[in-house]
Amino acid sequence: MYGNDIPEQPGHARLLDEVAAAERDLTGRGLGGDGTEGGADDYFGAVIAADGKIEPRDEMPEAYRKSLIRQIAQHAHSEIIGMQPEGNWISRAPSLKRKAILLAKVQDEAGHGLYLYAAAETLGVDRADLYEMLLDGRQKYSSIFNYPTLTWADVGAIGWLVDGAAIVNQVPLCRCSYGPYARAMIRVCKEESFHQRQGYEILHVLANGSPEQKAMAQDAIDRWWYPSLAMFGPPDTDSTHSAQSMAWKIKRFSNDELRQKFVDMTVQQAEVLGLSLPDPDLRLGEDGHWAYTQPDYDELFTVIKGDGPCNRQRIEHRRAAWEDGAWVREAATAYAKKREGATV
Amino acid sequence: MTTVDELLALGDDALIAAQRLAEWTTRAPELEEDVALANIALDLLGQARMLLSYAADLERAGLEGAGRDEDALAYLRGEREFRNAQLTELPRGDFADALVRMLFFAAYQRELYAELAAGPDERLAAIAGKASKEVAYHVDHAIMWTLRLGDGTDESHRRAQAAVDRLWPYTFELFEDRPHLREAWLAAVEPVLAEATLDRPEDGRFRPTGGRKGVHTEHMGYLLAEMQSLHRAHPGASW
Ligand SMILES: [Fe+2]
Ligand SMILES: [Fe+2]
Repeated sequence: MYGNDIPEQPGHARLLDEVAAAERDLTGRGLGGDGTEGGADDYFGAVIAADGKIEPRDEMPEAYRKSLIRQIAQHAHSEIIGMQPEGNWISRAPSLKRKAILLAKVQDEAGHGLYLYAAAETLGVDRADLYEMLLDGRQKYSSIFNYPTLTWADVGAIGWLVDGAAIVNQVPLCRCSYGPYARAMIRVCKEESFHQRQGYEILHVLANGSPEQKAMAQDAIDRWWYPSLAMFGPPDTDSTHSAQSMAWKIKRFSNDELRQKFVDMTVQQAEVLGLSLPDPDLRLGEDGHWAYTQPDYDELFTVIKGDGPCNRQRIEHRRAAWEDGAWVREAATAYAKKREGATV
Repeated sequence: MTTVDELLALGDDALIAAQRLAEWTTRAPELEEDVALANIALDLLGQARMLLSYAADLERAGLEGAGRDEDALAYLRGEREFRNAQLTELPRGDFADALVRMLFFAAYQRELYAELAAGPDERLAAIAGKASKEVAYHVDHAIMWTLRLGDGTDESHRRAQAAVDRLWPYTFELFEDRPHLREAWLAAVEPVLAEATLDRPEDGRFRPTGGRKGVHTEHMGYLLAEMQSLHRAHPGASW
């Protein structure tokens, strides 16, 4: 599907290898932890200690369950809200091939939302209730989607940077202690890796196109770079959920460790693209990692609190789709009831 | 032998239908339906690309030098050069409009592609053969929803009937080049409407026409303005 003239992306293949390794480990293992069939009381602790998987019917601490629901729902909401910024360009995609790739990508994100809502439902919640909490602001979604897509190059920048950051965040989740979430993440990561490749390809074509196209690509990267860095969350010193999540083996790396990993990978890829990252202080340190300027966390909190450029628009769009569809869902329910009545 | 104009009519139908259907992305009543509608739009877009590429190749064969490709046909023709039927370009409407339009259009495409798949033009037959499998699913999907909406609640019935009444007159144009297909189409559509408790409209005198000659509704200009804007802003660029 892609031209062969697009160069390899340094560091891209390694992430996919990590997904594959997580998948091998998962299928090689029975349900629950290996050899941890001890006392029921301590089953949870033993499974976590042995790096096993907790499954829906296993006993688990209420706080673990709640924390997972919050995280998986927020992740699912992000997939769904994330359809909007890119969906904004489907009707105007500049070639039929790009239109097809973009439409398929946005459709994939809906699919990710579906897997993730299904994973959340294994914890005893209802998708409809989670929707409601998204619409009334009780649950969040990734703040990155509260920025507007102003040009076609933004579609490339989202694929490359936003899907790229998402993969770095999600690859370790393929080894998360909750089985259904880990399995959903393996599926999702494989597709995200295609998305990242497609974004990179869009930018590569623009970077090698007309001066206007190259400027469009650079402008998009200038706008999306720092918001992408902010996707990894507040710095470790301020992160409220990290320590407990690490102990439960939901999270395996800190926000700052993941952010560093993303920076190291992206700097190399930007060089191949011939585009620059908007940080004059990027320096390769002696430890092999790139030093970088932190994103503006005040801005991140402004957006998280609901005052980013598109927060209101994104939720309004979702609410309108949900409300406009109410009569359709009611019709489907009424029709199913009539059928049941007819067959009894 | 197939002509460029015939291929443009086929390809433009699929392209404009895809463009309209893709507007539903992020707007469907359920997440599953968002995925299903995007799938169908992708099928139609794929058909459009194969048909327009064939049209471009055929056009090039009759020309000296370089001709156009699928993108030049999709993005650089003016409204009067598009050959799609008006049914495909009508505004998005509500969910009943979308699914009743899908029923009418997919049932037409099913008859059309079955005939072309058995026809003498091998390249067209191959495209139609592949598309037939896709369209069979589109018909099933549209039937499922027509039944649910028609025989669901009072409101859904009212909306579905309104969509049927609104769109029925536009179905005549589909068969202008192949009048013999309408009988099979009616045999497929009428029982679905009946089972959905929807009235089959009378065949009145309002039968909009002109799409095959490049005469469109007022909606078409806006659709093309949006679809073509970025491509046209950068003449000669690659994407
Ligand atoms: Fe995704
Ligand atoms: Fe993605």
